[in-house]
Amino acid sequence: MNLVTVSGPPSSGKTSVILKTIDSLKKRGLKVAVAKFDCLYTDDDILYEKAGIPVRKGLSGALCPDHYFVSNVEEITNWALKNDFDILISESAGLCNRCSPYIKGIKAVCVIDNLSGINTPKKIGPMLKTADIVVITKGDIVSQAEREVFASRVNTVNPSAVIMNINGLTGQGSFELSTLLYEEELNINSLKGMELRFPMPAALCSYCLGETRIGESYQMGNVRKMKVED
Amino acid sequence: MDSISNRKISDLISEFPFLTSFFNDNGLEIAGKEKNTLSEYFAGFDEDEIEDKAIDPEVLTAQIGEFIKQMIAFLGKEDEVVKTVTILPGKDKSGEAENFNELVIRQGEIICIVGPTGSGKSRLLGDIEWVAQGDTPTGRSILINEDVPDKKWRFSSADKLVAQLSQNMNFVMDLSVYEFVELHAESRMVENREQVIERIIDKANSLAGESFTPETPITSLSGGQSRALMIADTAILSKSPIILIDEIENAGIDRKKALGLLLSEDKIVLMATHDPVLALMGDRRIVIKNGGIFKVIDTTDDERTILSTLEKMDKTLLAYRTKLRQGEIITKIQNT
Repeated sequence: MNLVTVSGPPSSGKTSVILKTIDSLKKRGLKVAVAKFDCLYTDDDILYEKAGIPVRKGLSGALCPDHYFVSNVEEITNWALKNDFDILISESAGLCNRCSPYIKGIKAVCVIDNLSGINTPKKIGPMLKTADIVVITKGDIVSQAEREVFASRVNTVNPSAVIMNINGLTGQGSFELSTLLYEEELNINSLKGMELRFPMPAALCSYCLGETRIGESYQMGNVRKMKVED
Repeated sequence: MDSISNRKISDLISEFPFLTSFFNDNGLEIAGKEKNTLSEYFAGFDEDEIEDKAIDPEVLTAQIGEFIKQMIAFLGKEDEVVKTVTILPGKDKSGEAENFNELVIRQGEIICIVGPTGSGKSRLLGDIEWVAQGDTPTGRSILINEDVPDKKWRFSSADKLVAQLSQNMNFVMDLSVYEFVELHAESRMVENREQVIERIIDKANSLAGESFTPETPITSLSGGQSRALMIADTAILSKSPIILIDEIENAGIDRKKALGLLLSEDKIVLMATHDPVLALMGDRRIVIKNGGIFKVIDTTDDERTILSTLEKMDKTLLAYRTKLRQGEIITKIQNT
């Protein structure tokens, strides 16, 4: 089985891109399943079910979604292996721009959209910079010039990625993406021993543990202060 | 890659000035550290910085190497001129072979694509953009300059075969016309930038009904002005040899001139349109049916004669539009 991790800022079009791409994968006779990770709420599992795609959903709630993702990706992979799927696509939303959900040796796709502004590629960390494939969406509503500038900025922060434009509404470009997702030699039987491409953003201060009061005396653990000049 | 790790940042930048944008866009501050080698520079970050900024020296060094390689290739080569694009037939949705031998589209030609919604126009464009090699659902193949194309047309973000101008595109940036074109020129790394920008704005103004200045914010351009700017910008700055146009609304822009501009920049124009004035301006039109190319029609002499009548009707309509805009009352049918 192949595992593909798809990540990207909220509302960038991950689900639409995945749904359209799975259409093409299915036509090749491949059995595809999805694991959807989100923070507080998602209805996307219903969209997948409607399309006849086996799906598992995980909500991280009060936990950092990325930490939650890594803590569960092995189990979800085992589920997919047990059910004899050919491809498992994990979908997770990057929330803090410092997210780092990719695993060494596992194909990593980042989805970002043209509407997020041309400085966005600069602002996103490992989620964009260490992806193998960067999918840019919503190109149909911006000008050719903006599309070109956006793609070139993505290329500057991640020169080795394949950059593709996909229209999540019409599916234009999704067939092309589907040809890059499945590779016989990337078959895995387990995630045991595999490693993240980059450490996750750190956490664990008193607020992580449920503290609600404001003030220095309540702050413990990983706390850092900004420099506020007079 | 070892060799770049041991080189001074200042040396790297003087040899490869474009690295400034790499450091900048990756949020790597180099001011005051130019005398360090790359590996010394990365070693200078403390653990917190490495974690905060997600700095991975090994990956970044590799990315710098890749970036240098790409930019040298990009700057050094003469752009490959695309003189012809050839479409070799595949199958329609029912698996029937397409009814043509080969379709050669040449630089400076306008080809229209007609057919109902869902008939397969996007797939045809997709096949061209992805330079299909019998590996798409239609089984078509695309040749460039009568040869099997280079892989770069598929995978390099700087070499895209098709640029698109579509009807409902917007500018989403808050910039002046000048700044906007400048940004595009920067990303394309063109020389004599100022002249190019001026030329684009001039051309756009010659296409638009109402003129605008370099200082006009792009968000306050009218529909016609926006289209004029997008067309002039794409014609002159976009490197893609093929321009796909998805209709051009007949308001505030001289469509004939706009097509003329694209052709004068040696583009191949593909136009998805059912507007007779546009469709008959093409040299040929591809009729799509049930996912396949059903036939290819050369614009006939009769059609060209009819086109000139249609163009007159078009002008008449535009004249009424102008009158209404100027607050006049229309009293009689006009013949132009």
